[in-house]
Amino acid sequence: MESIREFIAASQHPHAYARALKESGTAIIGYLCSYTPEEIIHAAGLHPMRLFGSAEDISLADTHLQSYCCSLVRGALADVLAGNLEYLDGAVFPHTCDTIQRLSDIWRLNTKFRFFADVVLPVKLTTESSRAYLSDVLKKFRMDLEEAFDITITNEALHDSIQTFNTIRDMLNTLYEIRSENPSKISGRDLHGIVKGSMIMDRDAAAQALVKIADELRAEAAPPAPKRKRVLVAGSVCSHPDVYTMLEKAGAEVVWDDLCTGSRYFGGMISTSGDPIEAIAQRSFDRLICPAKHKSITIRGENLVQAAREHDARGVIFLQLKFCDPHSFDYPYLKEFLDSQHIPSMLLEVEDQLPGEGQLLTRFETFVHML
Amino acid sequence: MSTQEQKNKRKFRSAGRMREIMTEYYIEAKSASQTGKPVAWITSGGPVEPLIVMDVIPVYPENYGAMIGASHMGSDLCAKAEAMGYSMDLCSYARADIACALENGGPIGGLPKPDMLVCCNNICGTVLKWYEIQARYFNVPLFIFDTPFCHTGFSDAARTYVRKQIDEYIDFLETVCRKKFDLDKSIEVGHRSIQGQRLWQKVLDTATHKPSPMTAFDAFFFLALIVTLRGTQTVVDYYTELLDEMNERIEQGIGAIENERYRILWDNLPIWYRLKWLSEKFASHDACLVADTYTTAWCGTMKYIDENNFIDSMAEAYTRIYLNIGVDEMAESVLGMIDKYEVDGVVMHSNRSCKPYSFGQYDIQQIIQKEKGLPCMMIESHMVDERSFSESQVDARIDAFMEIVSQRK
Ligand code: SF4
Ligand code: SF4
Repeated sequence: MESIREFIAASQHPHAYARALKESGTAIIGYLCSYTPEEIIHAAGLHPMRLFGSAEDISLADTHLQSYCCSLVRGALADVLAGNLEYLDGAVFPHTCDTIQRLSDIWRLNTKFRFFADVVLPVKLTTESSRAYLSDVLKKFRMDLEEAFDITITNEALHDSIQTFNTIRDMLNTLYEIRSENPSKISGRDLHGIVKGSMIMDRDAAAQALVKIADELRAEAAPPAPKRKRVLVAGSVCSHPDVYTMLEKAGAEVVWDDLCTGSRYFGGMISTSGDPIEAIAQRSFDRLICPAKHKSITIRGENLVQAAREHDARGVIFLQLKFCDPHSFDYPYLKEFLDSQHIPSMLLEVEDQLPGEGQLLTRFETFVHML
Repeated sequence: MSTQEQKNKRKFRSAGRMREIMTEYYIEAKSASQTGKPVAWITSGGPVEPLIVMDVIPVYPENYGAMIGASHMGSDLCAKAEAMGYSMDLCSYARADIACALENGGPIGGLPKPDMLVCCNNICGTVLKWYEIQARYFNVPLFIFDTPFCHTGFSDAARTYVRKQIDEYIDFLETVCRKKFDLDKSIEVGHRSIQGQRLWQKVLDTATHKPSPMTAFDAFFFLALIVTLRGTQTVVDYYTELLDEMNERIEQGIGAIENERYRILWDNLPIWYRLKWLSEKFASHDACLVADTYTTAWCGTMKYIDENNFIDSMAEAYTRIYLNIGVDEMAESVLGMIDKYEVDGVVMHSNRSCKPYSFGQYDIQQIIQKEKGLPCMMIESHMVDERSFSESQVDARIDAFMEIVSQRK
């Protein structure tokens, strides 16, 4: 499908996409975390661009970060130091984990862009005071953008942006549902490219294209569902489309995920009535949380089991970046939750490169065989 | 004087009392289930004063982690945590403590079980995950004191948020302990906390004297009280005595090491299982580690505290501690210490256990080199997991580093 290719191209060549966008006169703000209030950036007429770290050689980060830092952060720093992100007008760092927290400092001290902001979100999302604090922080971010770019971000613009992002979320969710119903309709690899592309492409264009893709897929006659075992992928970000193809080769279909480049990105709609900033804050409270945030001590385990049940997943693959503290701390307990429900799981720790194809395939095959 | 006599002279008479206090403290904590006193596990940078007010015994898994490290039980416990599924790249305090809780292993037969958990994330995000794990395991209430990171200052929004959490914290304690918070008592405790912090700072300040009466390794040892018993009279009395001893040593010209020629600053947590080895190694080069960024963390934010309004102002003080500020502000503070203690070089412990303390060290190093032209070296380890430490490599590096330090002087 033509429109799917557009997303895939953007996900494969994010810098080329960004440069073209920049040439058309759009200012670009980079970010690394799915808690970024993209709606506010978009309402300012700026383009929010998720950074994945694509530098060929992440050793460029060696002069600032030790070897025991996750490859996402090393990759992003290497990218900016290599000059690959020259199209950025700035970056925003929502508070995530200890590693991103320090990346923010290092970025601030070693790069020169027009704009820089820390959005120090609360870590606990359970109290009235943290909700009030979160709104305050978002309001301050709105003002910072207004000041730096000499613009006014109106409530109307915010409402429009909320609509756009709601459409994107809704459509991504729809595509996930379509795939979960019948994985033959769209491949895991393509869907991964679509989600990733949605964080890179112009959002209005993305929203429109997603509606179209969803319509077409819905209308399409369904080929028979493949005879592969249904699995779910859980973890932080996944920048490895090959995982999906390898799993297929091994006889499994990824039918759902708990990734911040997946369902955690599109989960939770923003209310379109009332104060837009409050509404954006509310979504952070409602959406599936990332392990660097606190909502309850068991919520992630419950969510994971529920997602596996809902989508009839027979097994779970934990895809984690090496040196990622928040996810590594949660892994044993999530596994325990799954074990108690007799859902087998496997852990795959990756750095910037996947393990060799043969080795990975063998691991996947062994696991899939057990399901 | 024989070498043995000289060695004895350099020993601290206060060390024995310190061990006694810590033993008494742990006995009291371990017998809490008989005495009916509630026990709270709390993070090292957490606001402990309200616990003291409520007669809750604070227990510090991190202090315990240090004991585990110093008694060489870290590798074994960390390996056990790995067998439970915890990655070997996680904080070794957390791994050791998680393994201990399960099997009551470790020194003193494990920590007393908590009745509540108090987690303040002003030191790291690790403690949040660690305390969630313990909250699931012990099935006890967890209070999270959320201190927004201060990359470039302390925002008004953060001020309102942390201040509000003091009230929430007190509510939490009142509910769990089923009694009222005594405001008058909190004023007393606040005073004692400040007094304790001031005295601790004064103790550390004696190291500005040449030769220094104490090393950072001594500070790592004497630190335990300001961490665990802040807000009590015990701390005030003890540090008063310790300060007297330091001043006596200065008067009598007793240096912490035999022949202090070089003065070194240490950055990051100690390597608990190699304290003795490291201190002897540096002493063999006539180098005294006079100060460190770690032990100052428990008295570094006094400037934000209003003595007459402790409860209100402690929110800010607890939020702006050393580990909760930007790399540039940390560098400022390191530069300040370099001047204050007149150091000749900086040793940075690149601590695989502690990412918020270690990431940014390279930038700080560059700033030090640019501003002060001082040599810096890095030692990599996991502070209580010995498997990560390569003695021969570190040994050679220290020799090379001291060579440069001596050439510069
Ligand atoms: S992968 Fe983990 S450590 Fe790395 S930035 Fe994400 S949450 Fe932080
Ligand atoms: S050593 Fe570092 S990561 Fe571990 S608990 Fe302490 S501050 Fe947190």
